[in-house]
Amino acid sequence: MTRYAKPKTLDEALALLSEGAWRILAGATDFYPALGNRPLLEDVLDINGVAELRGVTESDRHFIIGARTSWTEVLKAPLPRAFDALKQAAREIGSVQIQNMASVAGNICNASPAADGVPPLLILDAEVELRSRHGLRILPLGQFITGNRKTRLRQDELLTALHVPKASVAGHSAFVKLGARRYLVISIAMAAARIVLAPDQRITGAAIAVGSCSAVAQRLRELETALVGQSFDAISEIVADASLDELSPIDDVRGSAEYRRVAAREIVMRALRQAAGGSQKREAA
Amino acid sequence: MKTDRAPISFTVNGAPVSVSAAPMRRLSSILREDLRLTGTKVGCDAGDCGACTVLLDGEPVCACLLPAASVEGASVRTVEGLSHGGLSALQASFLAHGAAQCGICTPGLLVTATALLERNARPGEDDVQDALGGILCRCTGYRKIAQAVMEAHRYLAPHLDGSAASLDFRLPPPGHAVGASPVRLDGVPKVTGEEKFGADSFPEDALVVLVIRSPHHHAEFSFGDLDTYVADNAGVAGVFTASDIPGINSFGVIPPFADQPALAEGTTRFRGEAIALVACENWAARQIDLSRFPVRWRELPATMDPEEALAAEAIHASRPGNVLVRGLVERGEPEAALENAACVVSGSIETSYVEHAYIEPEAGYAFVAGDTLTVVACTQAPHLDRDDTARVLGLPPEKVRILPTATGGGFGSKIDLSLQPLIGLVALKTGRQAALAYSRNESMASTTKRHPASMRATIGADTDGTVLGMVFSGEFNTGAYASFGPTVANRVPVHASGPYVTPHYRATARAIHTNGPVSGAFRGFGVPQATLMQETLFDDLANQLGIDRLQLRLKNALRNGSETVTGHRLEAGVGIAECLQALTPHWARALADAERLNATSHGTKRGIGIASCWYGCGNTSLPNPSTIKLGISPVGKVVLHQGAVDIGQGANTVIAQIAADALGLALGDFELKGADTAITPDAGKTSASRQTYVSGKAAEKAARELRQQILRFANVSPQASLQLENALLLVNEGGERRRINLARLAADGDGLVFSAQESYDPPTAPLDAKGQGKPYAVYGYGAQIAELDVDLALGTVKLVKITAAHDVGRAINPLLAEGQIEGGIAQGIGMALMEEYITGRTENLHDYLIPTIGDVPPIETILVEVPDPEGPFGAKGLGEHVLIPTAPAILNAIRHATGVLVTKVPATPSRILAAIRAAGSLP
Repeated sequence: MTRYAKPKTLDEALALLSEGAWRILAGATDFYPALGNRPLLEDVLDINGVAELRGVTESDRHFIIGARTSWTEVLKAPLPRAFDALKQAAREIGSVQIQNMASVAGNICNASPAADGVPPLLILDAEVELRSRHGLRILPLGQFITGNRKTRLRQDELLTALHVPKASVAGHSAFVKLGARRYLVISIAMAAARIVLAPDQRITGAAIAVGSCSAVAQRLRELETALVGQSFDAISEIVADASLDELSPIDDVRGSAEYRRVAAREIVMRALRQAAGGSQKREAA
Repeated sequence: MKTDRAPISFTVNGAPVSVSAAPMRRLSSILREDLRLTGTKVGCDAGDCGACTVLLDGEPVCACLLPAASVEGASVRTVEGLSHGGLSALQASFLAHGAAQCGICTPGLLVTATALLERNARPGEDDVQDALGGILCRCTGYRKIAQAVMEAHRYLAPHLDGSAASLDFRLPPPGHAVGASPVRLDGVPKVTGEEKFGADSFPEDALVVLVIRSPHHHAEFSFGDLDTYVADNAGVAGVFTASDIPGINSFGVIPPFADQPALAEGTTRFRGEAIALVACENWAARQIDLSRFPVRWRELPATMDPEEALAAEAIHASRPGNVLVRGLVERGEPEAALENAACVVSGSIETSYVEHAYIEPEAGYAFVAGDTLTVVACTQAPHLDRDDTARVLGLPPEKVRILPTATGGGFGSKIDLSLQPLIGLVALKTGRQAALAYSRNESMASTTKRHPASMRATIGADTDGTVLGMVFSGEFNTGAYASFGPTVANRVPVHASGPYVTPHYRATARAIHTNGPVSGAFRGFGVPQATLMQETLFDDLANQLGIDRLQLRLKNALRNGSETVTGHRLEAGVGIAECLQALTPHWARALADAERLNATSHGTKRGIGIASCWYGCGNTSLPNPSTIKLGISPVGKVVLHQGAVDIGQGANTVIAQIAADALGLALGDFELKGADTAITPDAGKTSASRQTYVSGKAAEKAARELRQQILRFANVSPQASLQLENALLLVNEGGERRRINLARLAADGDGLVFSAQESYDPPTAPLDAKGQGKPYAVYGYGAQIAELDVDLALGTVKLVKITAAHDVGRAINPLLAEGQIEGGIAQGIGMALMEEYITGRTENLHDYLIPTIGDVPPIETILVEVPDPEGPFGAKGLGEHVLIPTAPAILNAIRHATGVLVTKVPATPSRILAAIRAAGSLP
């Protein structure tokens, strides 16, 4: 007989995690599809009862998104414009039904290369807060996810929150999703971009991430560097010349590697332009 | 805390409930099984279809993804709680707009839209799309759903209590049923959640049947110790394999080709093929790990490609070269005609496996009572089910009773047997009730698909655009078993010319076996594939000759008096020219729009495409009868034994409308009996666009005969009018009225005091060795325009509008006809742009994509009525026609926008961009 536990406090949850292997359950929107109609053979630690894991708060230096915060809650939270890409992604994760249940941390811990939540968090330099009974680790999100369905989460750890440094909450951002249909679709590719413009339209900061074009979503650091100091009008040209060596797309049922390579450049350009334009308009490619 | 059952308390539709359940049980299962609230449907168990949507504390969530533990203390609202007696305004609006066809997705849509309307009573179309984007519908094309939600506010009841909506069911007066659009007669249960589909009435103590299936495309297998397996697994009542089958272990929709075992014997020929059944108690079913079932597999080399299959070892020993059937239609001297043509165009097109993706997976239960086996399941073809199930189980057909439930979409795949012999076998062997609802995965893996086609064709025309000749060849991947492969191979050559005069013609089609999924019937039987080939070549002709694309089609359109490629002279009722003429102003407007937009737009280009269809209704040169019985009951109802299975398309309403006018009584007096094989005669299978025409004609004949009987009984002339008033049948003639007290008349075995039964079989003639003859008695015609924008940098397509003109002969029910058109177009959009079934890879509804509410553009329907002398009240078939022109019109529009033809569907962004880049230039 497998075990099921639904602790009410973080301490209880961490105590249970220190005792053995558990499958951590939050929104369950990836859990049940993976289970299919097979019997449940894992012990389940249900964190839905831990109230402190829910909600978006602010400290002196960070915005903090609780692990169990749903995508609908992210969408409704009053947040600066740099979070626009994250909010646009929140509307594209599965359907409204999924967004109402699925958690931010689940999207990260599931570690799908196509996780829509990851690129918008990468451009905010988000860090993951990992707690165990023995301590606390903070890792940059880009280092936490190590591969397709692989993370650095230890068996005794719980991802408890995401920290977004206030220093990174500058400028405007945008998210562009490319899918083969309008709703409820796994991305062929997606791009998130955040851009900080000086009053003279020069780019003083840029952060760009692309998903579904590598095992883990990637920041495009080289392109970001190339953009800084340039004028808003030069975006197309600079993106067109960028190597995008960070990307290593593969062929799959959703699109060819070659297609992804070409499309990624295009949606990066659109995300940058949209972010630079500060447009609230949602661009679903 | 263990995963044992624990008490969980919450409220459902305002009433407190407490159940004892394991904390990880899905809420959908608790609602349906423990609380018997079966209005919440299960379509995928993965959050991909939204059919199970309920409101959790007011917010839509998928009940299939919600652990029981998460509803403790919460408030849950289901479709059963949307109205307090009567109908909610939204439910009324759904009925008024015809927004529910099969009804399986309706509860999820209603629940989700209710949450939207409670926040925003007057939502715009974008609001509705954003709210309903997570719910898949395969029947309607979503247009009427969006309309129903936006206009729900109009159905609020004028009463102060606001409890019930105001809805006019639009029941026509006697003699005016044909041509009216009453609310579908079977509509109310579809919006209240009361409708019982295949999985909605399982007896509580029925055994649950689990199916062991092949994980390989081709494999040998042997079982371990099954007795020990049964003994070691508590709750397992038995394991059944091919050796338990008492009859002939092979079935098939075309008896001479029957080749598919209900349970494979030592070898499997496709991934998903059933090899054994585990029958267990309900409580045990959730704990059984089928991966521990004692079977040893030896994977064998698989033949997946039809080209290779021609040279590979035969998958069925009796079919060397893996060719199941060759079809041929030949007329005149096609090679000579092409040689003499001023303009000759050639091309090739490939299509993919397409999955039917009805939202209701196959489901049903079986039981033995006395010496009769009863199967209660969803189906498109009860009598075929009966005969084939009886054959497999070694029973005389009359000892098998098929009691169809409501069917949550079919589109061709629910004609073939699926679970009927499996649950029947368990019921026979155990004497217990046996129930089975396929998972989404097993539904997709084990049932039929649309044939992937690889086609080549050449068409030649004169300088003025007159088509002189055509040569077509197509290879159709028919998969591991025959199913409807022969039908596709025979139907395609008859239709590959399109509805155009083609004096010199040769078309060949081969159905070739592979170890792929079984290809069977899917809305159009190969004609949608063949039409892609022909209609894209017609655009080549027009472009090369500098002739307007619509005019080229109009010039060559079949007319009354034309001969088809089978030499069938069409005397009357040919409406393709009328369809094209009806589209002409729309075509001019759309082309002008495109020209204007493209003059200034660079990244996105507007493209306009057109394509036509024709389609013969009913079997190809084979008998295809329908029988309809109806009568008058002692309490004054017209009882119609409506055997033409309604899978959402509306036969329950349309057949009744035809019968009502032929009989001369009001539609409101009708009471329907379903296609239960024990009480209702065989009205044939719901396929080949035949129900309105063939069963409708049988209904017309039967109703006229019933009328005659009544007139004779009353000794009045044909001019007399009839009227039912409770148990009185009033016969009025020339100011005189006779009253027939029905309660005093003797009732027959069906409880009817007057009754009639008539059959109708379409008058066709066999095709000769060259495919010449009269394959169908009635054809339907249509043409569609697609307007779309192509994003040249991403290869994505945004549909702007589809305009569809279909010649239905006579629209028996215009609203239902529109629903068929919109739904068929949605499936055509899917085939054109996104649907590609890959066995082992896309066996779910998140990797296999069908259109969502955001993918179907506005559709303008033009119903053209060129009456057919053969059809009832002039009516022709429509169900399949509607899908045929959509995909070719879209491909033609993409080429108009980009200058490139995508030669493999679906035309995914990846393929479109590759084609644009390969061409290296843009228009």
